[in-house]
Amino acid sequence: MTTLILGWAITVAQVLIGLAMGCATWRILDGPRAQDRVLGLDTLYVNALLMLLTFGIQTGRTLYFESALVVSLLGFVGTVALAKFLMRGEVIE
Amino acid sequence: MIQAPDLPPWAALIVAFLVVAGAIFALIGSLGLVRMKSFYERVHPPTMGSSLGVALIALASIICFSVLRSRLSVHEVLIVIFVTLTTPVTFMLLGRAALYRDRTEGADVPPAK
Repeated sequence: MTTLILGWAITVAQVLIGLAMGCATWRILDGPRAQDRVLGLDTLYVNALLMLLTFGIQTGRTLYFESALVVSLLGFVGTVALAKFLMRGEVIE
Repeated sequence: MIQAPDLPPWAALIVAFLVVAGAIFALIGSLGLVRMKSFYERVHPPTMGSSLGVALIALASIICFSVLRSRLSVHEVLIVIFVTLTTPVTFMLLGRAALYRDRTEGADVPPAK
């Protein structure tokens, strides 16, 4: 019984995070300026990380934890590089 | 696909509550990203998902794996520490880049102080 509740809760959480990813994607596509698109991309990364964590709880494997760690790392580096590019016009000076 | 690990009832209920709460916070943050009007307002809402959302879902994952293996398993703390440390840094850089771009165009920006 509680396993069924947990299964439904995880599925509902995945749908909600999917909607959140949709909102972030809408901001990437619509965003009036470049900084709005970068902000949407960063939010999309964090939501993808949350989605991977829920997959990890669902399947009981640690494989998803490692990919979530890689996603958080790449999201940080990517957003910092894009912000630097918006400011200076080049990433490495 | 309805699938869940075989946890004892108390742990299953706690994990279910934490996962749904974290997902709701992430959704509220992303909705704020869509609904706010200017860029400087839009920087604020996503931090809700990347602080409280990540913390709650990582706590759910810690409880789930600790109960499943009947030993303490805290490697999700790594993700929480990393995201909590890096989010302010990235958003400050992004905000400064946006300020710089707006000022060079002579647009209406928040004052310097």
